[in-house]
Amino acid sequence: MHSTRLSALSAVAALLLAGCASDAGADAGTRPSLLIWTGGGAGGEATQALGARFGEENGVDVKVQIIPEDLQTQFVTASQAGRAPDVVMGAHDWIGNLVQNATIDPLQMTDDTKAGYQDLAIKAVTFNGQVYGMPFTMNNIVLFRNTALVPDAPTSIEDLVAKGKALKAAGKVDEILALPIGPTGDPYHINPLFTSGGGYIFGTKDSGDFDPSDLGVAKPGATAAYAKIRALGEGGSGALKRSITADNILSLFSTGKAPFMISGPWQLPELKKTSVKYDISPVPPFAGGQPARPFITVDAAYVASRGTNKALAQEFVTNFWSRPDVGTSLYAATSSVPALKEALATVRKDDALVGKVADAGVEFGQIMPSIPAMAVVWDPLGKAEAAVVGGADPGSTITAAASAIQAQIK
Amino acid sequence: MARTDVPVRTTTPPKPRLGLGADGTASPLGLIIKIGVLGVVAAIAVWAAFPLIATGNWIGLIILVAVSALIFYVYLSPRVIPAKYLIPGTLFLIVFQVLPVLFTLSTAFTNFGDGHRGSKDEAIAAVEGASVQQVPGSTVYTLTLATDGDPATGDIVFLLTDPATKAAFVGTADGLEPLANAQQSADGKVTSAGGYEVLDIGQISARSADIVEFSVPTAKGAIKNQGLSRAFEGTPQQAYNNDCDCITDRTTGQTWTANGDDGVFVDGQGQALAQGWKVNVGFRNFAEVVTNPVIRASFLKILLWNIGFALGVVLITFGLGLLVALVLNKPELRGQRLYRSLIILPYAMPAVAMMLVWRDMFNTDFGLINRLFGLHVNWFGSAPSSMFAILLVQLWLGYNYMFLVSTGALQAIPADLTEAAQVDGARPFHAFRTITFPLLLVALAPLLISSFAFNFNNFTAIYLVSEGAPFPPDNPQAGATDILITYTYRLAFGGAGAQYGFAAAISVFIFLIVATISVVSFRRTHALEEIN
Repeated sequence: MHSTRLSALSAVAALLLAGCASDAGADAGTRPSLLIWTGGGAGGEATQALGARFGEENGVDVKVQIIPEDLQTQFVTASQAGRAPDVVMGAHDWIGNLVQNATIDPLQMTDDTKAGYQDLAIKAVTFNGQVYGMPFTMNNIVLFRNTALVPDAPTSIEDLVAKGKALKAAGKVDEILALPIGPTGDPYHINPLFTSGGGYIFGTKDSGDFDPSDLGVAKPGATAAYAKIRALGEGGSGALKRSITADNILSLFSTGKAPFMISGPWQLPELKKTSVKYDISPVPPFAGGQPARPFITVDAAYVASRGTNKALAQEFVTNFWSRPDVGTSLYAATSSVPALKEALATVRKDDALVGKVADAGVEFGQIMPSIPAMAVVWDPLGKAEAAVVGGADPGSTITAAASAIQAQIK
Repeated sequence: MARTDVPVRTTTPPKPRLGLGADGTASPLGLIIKIGVLGVVAAIAVWAAFPLIATGNWIGLIILVAVSALIFYVYLSPRVIPAKYLIPGTLFLIVFQVLPVLFTLSTAFTNFGDGHRGSKDEAIAAVEGASVQQVPGSTVYTLTLATDGDPATGDIVFLLTDPATKAAFVGTADGLEPLANAQQSADGKVTSAGGYEVLDIGQISARSADIVEFSVPTAKGAIKNQGLSRAFEGTPQQAYNNDCDCITDRTTGQTWTANGDDGVFVDGQGQALAQGWKVNVGFRNFAEVVTNPVIRASFLKILLWNIGFALGVVLITFGLGLLVALVLNKPELRGQRLYRSLIILPYAMPAVAMMLVWRDMFNTDFGLINRLFGLHVNWFGSAPSSMFAILLVQLWLGYNYMFLVSTGALQAIPADLTEAAQVDGARPFHAFRTITFPLLLVALAPLLISSFAFNFNNFTAIYLVSEGAPFPPDNPQAGATDILITYTYRLAFGGAGAQYGFAAAISVFIFLIVATISVVSFRRTHALEEIN
């Protein structure tokens, strides 16, 4: 009995040691490593390949983790828990939230480096006078048109609707335009029409930063713009419909059921697999209206404030991620516009379509606001959009959305 | 007084007061299991102790030690038999129920959320760190990271080259000095310098924390590295001043004063800096739930639909599930097993994906349902049709579960009861209503109540199908099919980032509602058991 008890106690001790051992192993390895978080999709896979390239060139273990859902929230939560990656890839409109949670560091970019980028790309990643991210790809929406049905680009929204209506009357198409709205609206895709009708979301301060106290949704221009949008809606010409969503625009356009689609270059890889003949032009304005301005969104690499290997992360972001060959690799995977001028020039030679997207962005694009207050705008404005497209009165609907937004901006 | 020796009784050996077998664990298997479990407890305790020690959380450590000691005492002692049965359940109750509730409650009294996650010191550090800008006209140096002495322990130094003049410098914690004996590569980077050890990438990685801390003081600021091969002279534009408890901008002179009630630095115009900190706000979150005009205007309507939704889902899924179970419960039915497996099939598919498929089937112009029936209904455009669509999806997703549990319960009811009723001349439906159904309810009532509680907070059922639509044009916050949890999710997370404090306060209210309904229902089921 005595020996049993002894051996039993030694078994307990062994398990106790096992508890110690798991912790002791944590700081054993000195091999340099870099942890990168990125979103899913083609861009994520390309980042994995590029991470491996950086690892080989520098003798570093690079681990690229793809976070398919809620990358921004997960990054903020992980930073707070002390488990942040070294580098995170994300859209420029995250910057406001990432900065207010003290999760990313500003980058010191030399004027030479800045000069190599498209102006809008650098503007987009600048927040409170500091550059926070190394931009790599950028996007804006454009008008895709089926060239078999519509040989020439429409000059105005009215022209577009007239052409679409004629095709519909002739029984050649089912819909006039594939522009995603859905039951709860989509302010991102409607922005060219909204701005052309005289609306804006936030004004800018003298410094160029967005001003949360200048809410354009509350101004008369917003109501006027939505009056024009309503005329295109379900009770009007029927060009805009809540049944058209981000999930079905591609099939509507690629099967020839809709002669026009308003969407971004991310549709190009799928479109190339179909037989539809198409071309790209800027989203046209209302006749006699303001320019139609699509939002510019920029994808950038950020150095995490609470990463474990900051010097290496800065090296990766500032010196590796800004290389033209990295830019072209990311373009090849995502069909997005390279933010680097040199990479764009290379890409343009073989891919005229991406060049057209880039030109539309440079000429008409408007940087999507990155201030935290922007997060408040999407939901109420989207619902107002859906209601107006369904036939609601633009005056009271937009006023209600504006007051809901203002109540939440602090 | 002389002591008298009491003779020791030697007939039974004294029982040990503590020990592995002291409580009569006699069988070797029992003993081994006990050793294993106690060993795991010890291992978990040691594993959990290290982070607690590392962060200096002494209260947590004391609790950890006390709980582990209690577990060991209870299972090694021959007494405290009831505690042996109570401890596992109690511990799990505390860890998985009481602690989350306490945590939610304590969060409800703070402004915890985006922009208010850390302490004031962290906010100050973030403000100062984010305002570091390159000194105008200063040099951007080519950098080589090195140490003074051993690469693993020596002081970090920067070996710097001015790219224009190729002049070399050494930057230490004392300042910047010219470097005489430097070997430089073609691009000017210092490759070696007497007395300093140039670090390779592995050594840099190992010293990462020291490099982040290190900077070379200069007259106008400090030289910091940016990556591994560049360094710049920077200075924070904004600095905290203890005297005024404020942050001042060096160039513009603008000040932001700390506001301890809200956890932000605000300037004269009431504009706050982005980085704030977490503070206790007392009952403010609760007060906001009660006084918020948007919440007040829509609360009752949403609560009614919420109860109607949860109750409706339970009733229709149970009704259809029971009906199918009764039909398939006839022993003479052929292919019974095949039918049963077919009915259970949808239950095995991921509900989230199924909800998205259903959502697309309800699309006005392109959805299967409208096309199949030749309709043109905007399902999520009006309140009744949107509610109908949501209930239909839940019926399809949920009746199989009710079928499953009803079949089980039906088979547990002795057949002689219904046979006896038939002998007595009761018609089948009468027998079902008076005998089978009440007995079924006794078995299934707790399941129905838990199904109600689950559906009361069934976020995905609403969010993935209708997102709360339709929304009245004049109120984008409260949709006709919103339930409390989707509505509050929008208020707490749809706005200016996540507001966990506010969300926690709302969860406390929802918890109270669900708890009240559940307690009342469980009271009622006691009445049911009287039938037994």
